[in-house]
Formats: sequence, C-alpha cells, structure tokens
Amino acid sequence: MLTILLDGHGELAEWRDAARALLLAAIPPEKVEWQGGDAAAGDLFNGQMTSPSPLPPPHPQAAAPTVPRAFLDLADTVICHSDPGRFALLYRLLWRLQGERALLEMKADADVAQADRLEKSVRRDAHKMKAFVRFKELPDSAGQPRRRFLAWFEPDHFIVGRTAGFFQRRFTDMDWVIATPKGTSSWDGQQLRVDLTPASKPDLTDAADDLWRTYFAHIFNPARLKVKAMQSEMPKKYWKNLPEADLIPDLIAGAEARVREMAERAATEPPAFHHRLHGRRKDGP
Amino acid sequence: MKKTLKERLAILSDAAKYDASCASSGTERRDSGRSGGLGSTEGSGICHAYAPDGRCISLLKILLTNFCIYDCAYCINRSSSNVERARFSVEEVVWLTLEFYRRNYIEGLFLSSGIIRSSDHTMEELVRVARLLRTEHGFRGYIHLKTIPDASPALIEEAGLYADRLSINIELPTDAGIDNFAPQKHPARIRGAMGDLRLKIDAAAEPSFRGRRKRFVPGGQSTQMIVGVDGANDATILASSARLYGNYRLRRVYYSAFSPIPDSSKALPLIKPPLVREHRLYQADWLYRFYGFAVEEITRTRPDGNLDLEIDPKLAWALANRERFPVDINRADREMLLRVPGLGPRSVNAILSARAHKALRLEDLGRLGVSLRKVRPFIAALGWTPLRLVDRSDLRDLFAPKPEQLSLF
Repeated sequence: MLTILLDGHGELAEWRDAARALLLAAIPPEKVEWQGGDAAAGDLFNGQMTSPSPLPPPHPQAAAPTVPRAFLDLADTVICHSDPGRFALLYRLLWRLQGERALLEMKADADVAQADRLEKSVRRDAHKMKAFVRFKELPDSAGQPRRRFLAWFEPDHFIVGRTAGFFQRRFTDMDWVIATPKGTSSWDGQQLRVDLTPASKPDLTDAADDLWRTYFAHIFNPARLKVKAMQSEMPKKYWKNLPEADLIPDLIAGAEARVREMAERAATEPPAFHHRLHGRRKDGP
Repeated sequence: MKKTLKERLAILSDAAKYDASCASSGTERRDSGRSGGLGSTEGSGICHAYAPDGRCISLLKILLTNFCIYDCAYCINRSSSNVERARFSVEEVVWLTLEFYRRNYIEGLFLSSGIIRSSDHTMEELVRVARLLRTEHGFRGYIHLKTIPDASPALIEEAGLYADRLSINIELPTDAGIDNFAPQKHPARIRGAMGDLRLKIDAAAEPSFRGRRKRFVPGGQSTQMIVGVDGANDATILASSARLYGNYRLRRVYYSAFSPIPDSSKALPLIKPPLVREHRLYQADWLYRFYGFAVEEITRTRPDGNLDLEIDPKLAWALANRERFPVDINRADREMLLRVPGLGPRSVNAILSARAHKALRLEDLGRLGVSLRKVRPFIAALGWTPLRLVDRSDLRDLFAPKPEQLSLF
C-alpha cells in the first residue's frame, strides 16, 4: 500500500503529478491511499497519519498515459471538492479510462455518477460565491486613487482560486480582497493573487448596506410568501454573512398582517391630480 | 419636506415589485478585464439574493418615478391611487446602481417608470440613465429598460444601444381586457412597438458588408401578462404567448399572478394571488418552448381550457394520452423521451449518451438523477415493464397532492 499526501487545497497539479507517476508505475487504485486537505490535518493532530510514500519509479514497459480532455476538465473541478474521497475517485477513473475510453459518457456508472455529483456541487458552491460575496468599502478608501473593498465569505469547497478570475473581470476598476477560511484572493489593478492559507473574519461595516436592506425589504411582496422557495436557493448557511438576511424573520412574520390590512382598507377617494387628469368620472373602468 | 434617498428607494422599489422579470441571463458575454471599467456578464445570470416571496433578486429593480398619468386598474401606481409618490433624479439612479454593483448586491439595473408628462419625456430620462452608466462610468453590467409604448423610434433606437434587454408589457392576454382595465393603453400600439423592435433587432443581426454585426439589445425583448384580472382562461393566455413568441420573437413572456396592492381599485376585488395557476402557466410555457409541445396539446386536456392545478401539465398530458406509453428508454427518440413525466432535457441527454454504451435498467436511471417514482409508470427499461400500469385508474392519485397541501397560506 502506498500513501500519497497532498495539500488538497483545490489545485490539480499536485494530484496530477502523483497520479501520473502511479499510473506509469502500474499501481492499481486499490494499492493507493490518498490523504490531503482537512482530513489529513485532523489525522496529523491525532498522530494517526501514516508517513507518505515516495512516488514509485515508472514501470519499464509503461506507455505515456493519455486521457480525454473531458477528464481533465472534470478533474479540475472535482479536485476542489472537500470530500476526502476525491483523490481516490479521480485516480480510479483515470485508471479505468486507460481501458474504457468511453467511460465518462456512461453516466450511469457509479464512479462517473459520483464524480458528476461532486462536480455539480463544486459548481454550485462557486456560483453561490459569485452571488453571495458582499464587498464592504474600507474606511480609508476615500483618499485613494482606487476605491478599496473587502469581503468575507465561507465556501464549502476549495473554490477561492476558481472564482478569482470572475471577480477580477467584473471588479476591475477597484481594489478588492475576498477572505475565506479556505484562502484569500485579491486584486490591486495589476496582479490577481490567490493565497491558500486560511483567513479569519474581519470586522467591517459599510453604510451602503442600509440602503440595500431597504431595497430588500421593499422589493418583497408579502402577498406571495414562499419561504421554502427562498431557502432552497439561499440556504441558511449563507445568511450569517449577508447583510440583508437578518430582516427575513420579521418580513415573514409580518407578511400575513400586511396582506390582511390591504384587504380590510376601504377603497379611498382618488387624489386631486387624478381628477385633473381624467376628469370627474368614476374611479376605475 | 423632501424625502431622503432611503425613503424614496423604499417607495420606488415598492412600486416596481409587481414586475416579475429580474433575469440577467441571455445577453452577450463581456467583462472589464481589459477595458478597466466595472462590470461583466458571463452567460448565466446570477441571483444575488432571494426575498421571502421566493423570487430571485438579480437586478436593482426600481421606478424612476411612480407618478403616472395612466389609470390602469391593476397597478399600484395608477393615477387614482393614494400611494405615496416619489421620484429619483437620473444621477441618483446611476449612483445607486454603481454603489450596489460594487458591493456585489446586484447584476445590474432594471429601470422602469410611471408615465410623466409625455411618453417621450419619460423615455428620454430612462435612456439618459443607461447612457450615463455606459459612457460616463464604463459600466458593463446588465441593463434592462422598460420601453414606453408611444416613445419615438429614435429614443428606442438609442435605448437599444445601451440596454441588454428592452421590454414592454402587454399586461393582459386579450385586447378587451386591456380596454377594460387599462383604458389609456392601446394593445395595437403595444404590438406595433414590439414589431418595430423585432425589426430593429433583426436588422442589427444582419452582417454589414464588412461582416460586422451591430450591438443592439443582445438580450432581446420580453413582456409580462397579469393573470387573474380579466376572465381569460389558460388556453387564451398561452395562445397569446405563442403569438408573442412567434410574431415578435420575444425571449420571455412573464406571467404575474394578480396580487393585492395597497390602496387597490374598487374594480378589482382583493384576492389571494393565483400562485399555483401562475406556476402551471410557466410550466406550460416551458413545454411549449423547450419540449416540443404545441399549445393546443397542453390546453386540450380539460374542457374549460384551464390547466389542471393539482398536477403539472406534462403529467396531465401523459394521463390524457396513455396510449403513447410506456416509452422504451432504450429505443425512443429524443422527442418522445422529452414527453415522459419526470424527464427533462438534461436527463434525456444523459440517457441518450449512456444508452449508446449499454442497455439501461431502472437503477441506471436512478444514478442519472432521475426520480424513479415519477417515471416508473411511464417507461420500459431493461428488466422493467410497467405491466399496464398506465391503465390503472388510480394513476392520478399517485401524483396528485393531498388536498390540504394545496393551500398556500
């Protein structure tokens, strides 16, 4: 049994190098134990970690392994997942692909289905990060040539690197930092940086949040309360970092009364300017 | 005393919330990476928040002003309503959009307005907001502008240069309904404006002799129909949508269940908004646009021309056309697979790709993420035949919800 130790912070290269060496040495998946990410750190503290094995030399008759482009794309995403089984799953797929070239199209295969599930969940997490990051302007931003913003976000997976480009292409004319427990990305107009050391939550306020909360409360239609629909798209785990989210309980609690009040209010006499516009005819058609 | 920005934001978002559209998808891909401005649109839209009404908040959706000279019975902003009035300056809307965008609250702006003074004056103000955002501030986020029915062609033309999407609301599914409840609006002129816009969009898509296409409303046009104000049945509504999709090539028709508004008109009694009906209309709309169903096929299943509220329209069609089932998932073509309740375009693609390599069993479908409970009665797979399950008389009960689950309040 070989033990391969990886950082496991969502970078494909370290896994790819190890996997290539293992494949060239013809080591089958069941002979490899992969460790990395948070799970490995836990083992380290418990003193249970097996020491990593050196990568094996290539088998004399080994041909250079090839994989379809689609596998690399899939692996690039799956590797960001926090599931400790991701390295082994990808190696199993890589191993099987050497004989079953069409494997990835067999969507009902258990390994392929599992990889698709992980991929989907990483994509969703990245999408939610693009949606729910909230920048706050730094207090010393005013005197600077470029305005400066900071955000705190807590992703499920190792997606800080994946999403950095999106934020750079979008918020190009401002300086920003997105800090997360899984690393930090930042942009200063010159360079996009990704640092995978965990950051801690900053304490910041932004006056614009108050306007945003006003908007959130007033764009809500109390006559169409659908709490489940909201929560399936904006699960509670995100709420703690959304400035608008603490309004939600009161909006829900007050909705019924607001609708009742609308219904009970008698129709009013139209304002004067209506009569000037449309003459003194009856209200309505 | 002049209202603060925050007070006016409250009034003018209250005034805008009855417009269902908040989409920020379907426009061109662009970003600020090289240009150095602010904003991007990268294909799929992003919902930055969800309100407790379950609706996506993607755009800053506000009115420039809720003063309005029209008196449409269903509208919170009609001239006869005593709702509080306010207006933004063009510069304030620009500022709010940019500040909201910088904090990643929104994908962009959806700006509409009550009609003040004249159609042209109102349209000019809307266009000025978009022009400032694009040209003064290098804003590359999403912009959706409401077009005002009788505004001059030159203004619409300019709006189309800056906006990703333009929309004009048809409001009600029949002309008689519009005459009745929106006496200042003219259905023929609304359709005329849609037709003109379609021609402009088509013309811009034609390559010039240098092979270049003009950028003009890349997200196309959309509209909204209010459901439950007049007596139109679902068959009428969907036929009207089909005409709008066909004749004016609209990207989307939104259905908005008429919902109680503050200070409502005496002409429209306050009722619970028909949310289930609205949902069924969207499902039917989807079947028409993406599943190859004709409108008549969907609306024929009930004599009153309304969709079944208890079960979705695809299931209703399947139950009314039992002789078409079971569908053999290893042999049937894409068109027929799409008609199986419980299969969507994504699972159909997965089935087509997977079955090229081996014959599929029920368990295989389960791994593709298909709900077996839903599809089982309607398909045959390797090792599975539904044994004339389709002839069962209790089939409807298998799917129809228990009555108490229907209540929404």
